[in-house]
Amino acid sequence: MATVIVVTSGKGGVGKTTSTAALGGALAQSGQNVVVVDFDVGLRNLDLVMGAERRVVFDLINVVQGDAKLPQALIRDKRIDTLSLLPASQTRDKDALTAEGVARVIGELREKFDWIICDSPAGIERGATLAMYHADAAVVVTNPEVSSVRDSDRIIGMLDSKTARAERGEHIAKHLLLTRYDPARATRGEMLKTDDVLEILSIPLLGIIPESEDVLRSSNLGTPVTLGNPNSPAAKSYFEAARRLRGETLVVSIPAERKGFMGRLFGRRAVA
Amino acid sequence: MNLMGLFRRRNSAPVARERLQVLLAHERAFVGQSDLLAVLQEEIIAVIAKHVSIERDRVQIKLDRGDPISTLEIDVEVPSAAAAAALRGRPAARPAMVSG
Repeated sequence: MATVIVVTSGKGGVGKTTSTAALGGALAQSGQNVVVVDFDVGLRNLDLVMGAERRVVFDLINVVQGDAKLPQALIRDKRIDTLSLLPASQTRDKDALTAEGVARVIGELREKFDWIICDSPAGIERGATLAMYHADAAVVVTNPEVSSVRDSDRIIGMLDSKTARAERGEHIAKHLLLTRYDPARATRGEMLKTDDVLEILSIPLLGIIPESEDVLRSSNLGTPVTLGNPNSPAAKSYFEAARRLRGETLVVSIPAERKGFMGRLFGRRAVA
Repeated sequence: MNLMGLFRRRNSAPVARERLQVLLAHERAFVGQSDLLAVLQEEIIAVIAKHVSIERDRVQIKLDRGDPISTLEIDVEVPSAAAAAALRGRPAARPAMVSG
């Protein structure tokens, strides 16, 4: 029984594509068959973050329009063979996606994979609504920052009204993935705390990804952080998030500020 | 002065949290009702016009969103002559003129 997940946020630049790649890598390593699908037509980037940018021949639009068969467009990951990528088109725009075409492709993917992870474009328009329409569950990627939280709230409203599940009167699971979290700044009261964001958005927490050099490094190298640097704190958070997606109940560890003796002695000034 | 500055900078997160709570409470309530004010304006004009002759563009409606309460401010300019006529007890059934 396949599960379709949309990774969405409303706001751009919060870490949707990075998180799609990292969660895909984590689920694939647990032996599940995973495909990550780039819905950001015209501004594709999942291929780049996955390190498959030079292997793209056919894309989602070609399959939607019937110019290529699904197996021709799927790119199997070279590091782990349970992970595949369906790239977006770079030259077309979102209007090339049709609701019927997307429904057919998602239907075909459901037969081949255990997990279909859809990387949504930013915004609340057609591309984003098509990416979320067939989802069984959503990962709402949020930064602890006012504009990101507001946009996430808007997206949560759309998930509850504009998805196939919502239209059928069914529940769509929504999970909060808090990314680029800086525990030191949250402790100092400079950044919204996890509890603040949870209280405001009122959806369960999937994980907290600390702001980390490892994530940027992974993007630079074209390797999901869960494949390239699995022992880094960010990768560990993504592995835990993936286990929660599979239904495990784990206590979410909030990355704590590690203050040395001098830091404690001089308090906040010293850390700042 | 310096200490106050430090204090303020350190505590920007609670301000963010409060602003978001107020804003989102309203955005959730008014989603799909972005024309609420326009509807209110029409209906208020219709009610007043039943009794007093008023001009459409002399009715101002403002919504100020706050916590714990919001205020709906309705400002209706009634020409003195019309108000006096209404007070003298003109028959309510008689339709009043609405311009605009």
